Order: sequence, then C-alpha cells, then structure tokens
Amino acid sequence: MIVRVMSEGQYRLDEGHHQKLDELDDLVVARVEAGDENGYTTAFSELLSYVRENGEPLGPDDLEGSDFMLPPADLSFEEAANEFTGEGLIPDAPA
Amino acid sequence: MAGTSGRFTTVIKAKINKMLDKAEDPGETLDYSYQKQLESLQGVKKGIADVVTAKKRLQMQTSKLEQSVVKLDTQARQALGQGNEELARMALERKNVAQTELQGLDQQVTELEAQQQKLIDSEQKLRTKIESFRTKKEVIKAQYNAAEAQVRISEAATGVGEEMADVGLAMQRAVDKTENMRARADAVGELEAAGTFDDLTQLGEGQDDIDKQLHQLSSQSAVDDDLAKMRAELGQGTPPPAAPQIEKGEGTA
Repeated sequence: MIVRVMSEGQYRLDEGHHQKLDELDDLVVARVEAGDENGYTTAFSELLSYVRENGEPLGPDDLEGSDFMLPPADLSFEEAANEFTGEGLIPDAPA
Repeated sequence: MAGTSGRFTTVIKAKINKMLDKAEDPGETLDYSYQKQLESLQGVKKGIADVVTAKKRLQMQTSKLEQSVVKLDTQARQALGQGNEELARMALERKNVAQTELQGLDQQVTELEAQQQKLIDSEQKLRTKIESFRTKKEVIKAQYNAAEAQVRISEAATGVGEEMADVGLAMQRAVDKTENMRARADAVGELEAAGTFDDLTQLGEGQDDIDKQLHQLSSQSAVDDDLAKMRAELGQGTPPPAAPQIEKGEGTA
C-alpha cells in the first residue's frame, strides 16, 4: 500500500503493516477525542515515524496514487480535531 | 465502516475526481490534462510569491512593534521621572503586552519560513511529476488502444492530481497562518497607538476600557519589576507617595 504524508511525500509499505498503522491511527483519534494535546503530539509523531521508518519513499517522478493520506507533520491540535475522528484516517484492516 | 475523512483527504479526492471526469476521451484529454497541469503549476508559483509577500509584511509589522516597545519604555521612564507612577505603569503594561506578542510573532515567522521552504520543495516535486506525466502521455498515445489508455491516464493523472492537491493545501495553510498573524499584530498595534503618550498630562485622568483590558492582560509582576528597575535607575530608592490623581484606589506595590 502507498501512504502519503502531506507536505512530505509518498511511502510504499507492505500490507503487513496495515494493522500496526491502524492501531497507531486509532491512538491518535483517542488522544484527540480525550482532548489530550501532549498525548496527541506524541501519538501523531509516532504514526508518521512508523510510516517513514517502515516505508520506502516513492521517487518524485512516480505517478501512483496513494491508498491513505496523512496530514502534515506540523498539524496543530485544533486542526487534528477536524481530521481524526471515528476510525481515523486508516480504516480498519480487512478481517 | 469507513472512517470519517477530514479536510485534507476530502479535498484531495474532490480534486482528483474533477480531473478524472475530464478524461473521457483519452486521445484529446491527454494533452488537455497536461495543459491543465502546467496552468496549475503557474498557480502554485504565484501562490508561493503571495506567501513570501505576506511574510515580508508581517516582518515589517514586527519591527514596528519593536519600535513601540522602545517608545513605551521611554515614555514610562519619562512619566516616572515626573513622579507620575500611574502613567508609567500604564505604559509598562502596554509594553508588556507588545513584548509578549512579539515573542509569539517571532516564533510564527520562523515557522512560516519553514513552511515556505517546504512549498518551494513541493513545487519542484510537482514539476517533476508533471514532466513524468508528459513523458508517459506520449507513450500511452503511441502504444495503447482507447480502453487501455483510459486506465493508464487515470492512474497517471491521479498521481499528479494528488501532488497538486497536496501543494494546494500546504499553500492554503500558509496563507491562513499569515492572515491570522497579521490580525493579531494589527490588534496589538492598535493598542499601542491608543497608548501614545504625546501629551503626558492628557492621559493622567480617566482610564478608558483599553487600559482596563491591558491591566488584566499584562503580567502585573513583570510590570512591577520593570517599575522597580526604572526607579533604581532614576535614583528613586523607594516608591514615591501615591500620586493624588490616582482614581483606581490602587495601593503601592
């Protein structure tokens, strides 16, 4: 699957990472819903780090579309409140 | 159940769909898409220039605020020299608010600079993608039948459309930020203007609402510290007796 981190670029990840990504994504949602700003900052940066560390960056001339799009790293807590709701940005992995 | 997608994903999907709707006849739309992409790239360049302009304006506002801080400090000193502590306190409160705001602005201008740099990088990336699309479209035109070309165009256009939407949103955020900062700087600038002590006697009596707000906004202890420092510099060892024109019934610190 391909994940885009906005303002940053696209990464290709094995499908095997889907579940972990989903967990990290859900954690961000939980922190946002709890109004926990510090917790959000940590959780969101963990989510992005996971993508960067486990993904392979796509070349700039690559024309593939992304499966998931994550907001930019400097997303504020207020902006996050509009982004991360319900299942988050990464829907649950197919059973 | 699909998750509720927010602003970023929604906008991107909308833009891509709009682009793909146009790609009904592969032969014609290939060149058209490329043309549109080039136009968007021009838009991005203009957008970046606008962000740079807005940032420069903010920097000018910042330096104006810096001047205000110096001016208010001088006015406080003058007032204290004339034994008007209430007036000195008022000037220092305004100075305090302006200083606090300045710190915030400095930090935001730095953030804005980082955003601006990212925008320039993104524009470069978009340019590379569009160039890649151009190469690909020639291949598609030459090698594929209509049905297959349709699929391949959609794929390629998605890649470019996504990048375009990404840059567009980054630009929008930068613009939102500059506008927000400008409004704040304006507000503080107005406070300072209202506190211009051209005629020191004029403001001695009857404090207006702005003064009361300032009184609440500014850190009282910081103002007290400033006052004590100024007194020491002016050789006034102890606080002067309460000036008779004080109306707020406020005691000495």
